[in-house]
Amino acid sequence: MIHQAILTLIWIVIKIVVILIPLILAVAYLTMAERKIIGYMQGRIGPNRVGWMGIMQPIVDALKLLLKEGIVPTKSSRYLFLIAPLVSFTAALVTWAIVPFQPGVVLANINAGVLFILAVTSLGVYGILIAGWASNSKYAIFGALRSAAQTISYEIAMGFALVGVLLAANTMNLSQIVLAQQGNIFHWFWLPLFPLFVVYWISGVAETNRAPFDVAEGESEIVAGFHIEYSGISFALFFLAEYASMILISALAVIFFLGGWLSPFAGIPVVEHWFAFVPGMIWFLLKMTIFLYLYLWMRATFPRYRYDQIMRLGWKVLIPVTLVWIVVVGLMVELHVKPWF
Amino acid sequence: MLGQYFPILVFIGIVLALGTLMLMANRLIAMKRPDPAKLSSYECGFDPFEDARMPFDVRFYLVAILFIIFDLETAFLFPWAVALRTIGMFGFCSMMLFLGLLVVGFIYEWKKGAIEWE
Repeated sequence: MIHQAILTLIWIVIKIVVILIPLILAVAYLTMAERKIIGYMQGRIGPNRVGWMGIMQPIVDALKLLLKEGIVPTKSSRYLFLIAPLVSFTAALVTWAIVPFQPGVVLANINAGVLFILAVTSLGVYGILIAGWASNSKYAIFGALRSAAQTISYEIAMGFALVGVLLAANTMNLSQIVLAQQGNIFHWFWLPLFPLFVVYWISGVAETNRAPFDVAEGESEIVAGFHIEYSGISFALFFLAEYASMILISALAVIFFLGGWLSPFAGIPVVEHWFAFVPGMIWFLLKMTIFLYLYLWMRATFPRYRYDQIMRLGWKVLIPVTLVWIVVVGLMVELHVKPWF
Repeated sequence: MLGQYFPILVFIGIVLALGTLMLMANRLIAMKRPDPAKLSSYECGFDPFEDARMPFDVRFYLVAILFIIFDLETAFLFPWAVALRTIGMFGFCSMMLFLGLLVVGFIYEWKKGAIEWE
């Protein structure tokens, strides 16, 4: 009996490692892709010194951060200061436990998936607030306040957008949400839920504090916001958390609106069979890269929003839009509008 | 039922351990040369004027309160959305009534300028 339990535990740990290592590598190479892509968009070439075409750059960056002095300011609250990056890091990574990559390929196939996601991603705010408070620095506290207010504002819009997804899918289980979108590309939820799709994406970008919603860490006004006092590996943890949640938002956008692991060629007579051999996970990852590229493209394209404009967009545009569309989707469900409901 | 959540618990444990390990490795490997100026909080090269934990704008507090109201609303909407096909038109109309009440409140706070940032 105990023997059995230990075997199960080891199996779980192996699965977790198989998720975590590619994830951390993906984070590392996302930072690389960001610098390269934005570089080319601005007519530069980006990092190209370390290894072939600069391919070793993120590894060397991580090593550098590991070797840097970890500064704890004298006036800070020491323990909270050290705990904050751990909270952010954990909250950003744990959600990956329930992301389905392919039918059956998921660590914990829980039924309250969407609820779990909303609960865990909102824990990320604690990391930011604790960091800002514990640093006892004016920039940090301003950054933390701004960031927290922005995150919770957009979380409402995001939650409402997810209500639309639940209405359409009739389940909170992520795998079943994907299965509810079976058929061809027009059965995916992006079409009937288009306004919610747009709102979800915008609030996803705002939730992760990325450009153009990055006033919380605006370099030109509050220097770096809540993580200004952090250095070395505790800064790296915040960095990892930010990029891991970017990848997560992309993955969730794919699961909720773009049919997860489903092939985009399904339902097209001949072409469908040409691509039948491609495993679902490949489609899933390809669709994710579209959103990740969009993140970087937006950062290179848009100037930073002003803070009052951010709050206005969140409260006065996105929330009314989602409220109206929830009613519309509810009506569509009641009237059984084909082919989605 | 709860067995499904056990891998998540293990995941939390591993992620926390990983983070702690990285922090500790940093403590052990990295050089340490403390210096009063380096350890003071950053304020554009000045010595910090006063404590950073000063009163802040009440609007942040207001946003937090509004968030609680709307987040509760989301919490109500979630089970409703999953159950809508079972509860039918009656369920739909009751939720519309509830949403209507909240929208009235939302319009009120909009008119009062609670979500106004100049």
